[in-house]
Amino acid sequence: MKPYSDRGKFPERTENGNVIDLDSGKFVKLWQGPQHPGVTGNMSLEVIISGDEVVDLTTHVGYLHRAFEKLIERRLYIQSFPLVCRICVPEPDTNEYGYAAAVEELAGIQIPEKAAWLRTLTLEMSRLTSFLMWLGGQAGAFGLGTIPQWCLAHRDYMLDLFEELSGGRVYHMYIVPGGVRDDLPRGFARRLEDVLQKIEQVMSDIELALFSNAVFKRRAVGLGIITRDMIDEYGIVGPNARAAGIARDLRKDQPYLIYDKLSFEPVTADFSDAYTRTLVRYREMEQSIDLIRQIMAGIPEKGAIHVRPPNVLHWKIPAGETYVKAESTRGEYGYYLVSDGTAYPRRVHVRGPSYTHAVVLLEHLALNTNIADLPGLMVSLHTYPPEIER
Amino acid sequence: MEQINELKARYSISDSRDQRPDLGFITVDPGRLAALLAELQQVRGYTHLSFITAVDYPETGTFQLTYMVHNFESAHSLGVRTVISRDTALMESVHHLWKQAKTYQRELKEMYGIDFPGSPGVDDPFILEGWQGPPPMRRDFDTRAYSEKTYFPRPGRKTSDPRRHMQSRLYPDYTPFEEET
Repeated sequence: MKPYSDRGKFPERTENGNVIDLDSGKFVKLWQGPQHPGVTGNMSLEVIISGDEVVDLTTHVGYLHRAFEKLIERRLYIQSFPLVCRICVPEPDTNEYGYAAAVEELAGIQIPEKAAWLRTLTLEMSRLTSFLMWLGGQAGAFGLGTIPQWCLAHRDYMLDLFEELSGGRVYHMYIVPGGVRDDLPRGFARRLEDVLQKIEQVMSDIELALFSNAVFKRRAVGLGIITRDMIDEYGIVGPNARAAGIARDLRKDQPYLIYDKLSFEPVTADFSDAYTRTLVRYREMEQSIDLIRQIMAGIPEKGAIHVRPPNVLHWKIPAGETYVKAESTRGEYGYYLVSDGTAYPRRVHVRGPSYTHAVVLLEHLALNTNIADLPGLMVSLHTYPPEIER
Repeated sequence: MEQINELKARYSISDSRDQRPDLGFITVDPGRLAALLAELQQVRGYTHLSFITAVDYPETGTFQLTYMVHNFESAHSLGVRTVISRDTALMESVHHLWKQAKTYQRELKEMYGIDFPGSPGVDDPFILEGWQGPPPMRRDFDTRAYSEKTYFPRPGRKTSDPRRHMQSRLYPDYTPFEEET
């Protein structure tokens, strides 16, 4: 057996970086993705391995590019609402809120109070839905096949509620300029509470099956460590940063909608590896359930849910620019909107957290991990490719 | 914004305004931008870079670049804008300040044709692998002309009247109806 200090299998280091000579026989180049069960969404990882250890990784995106920003520039403001929600499949409501809030801010529209409560409700419901899908993915990436089935089944109960509320299961288009589209259906509160209790029950099962699981512990502890110094250098936000002990949560730091009326504290931990990030997100799911209950208890019975904007087919927004952001499950998610006073936006830029997490951060964290742990690492950063390429 | 007023004279900040209490915009000369961002990041607490993006103004022949930085202490975001010429489309790179800046710059090179000399991998394709045309996010990029030139109509695709089509499928021996006029 070779001594541990033998660095022969690693690339030769020079001033210009690592030299990887594929002809040397030491390295193998593998393409993981764009269609691969171990990759979140359609993106591809160009992995160079030595043995089973990753020595170099490059992220390639573009397989989901649908030119949303270009399409939005050529549509009326109202026509973009069915578009923006499609930028993030598991959590479309953050997009709807960000775009609607940016448009309303430039147009000078103040939404009614009940609409703000309903928007917060859908944002928290979609956080919970997105986390359920993510938790299944995280467990599945480490080879635990049962937990994804539990999670996705319970995500479907949430989608049923969304269907009841908005008519759409995946894309809701519930948040529209001026407020929301409709009030809560009769008996919604009771059915929501039933679903929340079901989810709580399955979450207690997941806690036993996942966090005490020897395989999961062995593989996830110490995987992809994010230190505090890296947070601002790489632009890390959301649970990835909170797991490293940085208590930054836009809902708390810059409260939007009615988050200042709810009582909660950002979930933090002191060491950001794949295991702790899973734990932090698990606690945030519990937090979302609690917040949904607080919202349902405090939501006004009566009141307007919508203020009528001007004729949306001739709607010119005054010139100006703004940046509106919200805390999605992955962190800061924002819309930068520039209007030139015409009926079409001059520019809309969508800022998604995966832009950082899946490209520069993943390329850094993947070095020296085992190739089998790469999917688990990637899911633990909670990346969605569509928000990178927009 | 008091911090910004101190910087005004030193960096010749020409235009500053508050959009919201927690969001401001300033405009600065392209030559002073990297120095200003470095000071904002290292001295003034604007440690987080949210994004870099460009806004195209073909009518004036300019690009407006926006660098959105955020200060977590004061919960204040600042959009640092600069205007560059659309013809030269050249800007100083800030990849040494934030790791993710190089990805944004790579995307701007591809989508707007703005070059950032020295930024790692800025010439590599990011989203559009094998793209031959002009930078597609520029507003004068004619999408229709490009697709008509690049993708000729595919053979085998023809449109037919649904009623006639179903008649011919279901009743091949049947003489079709006369068209109702």
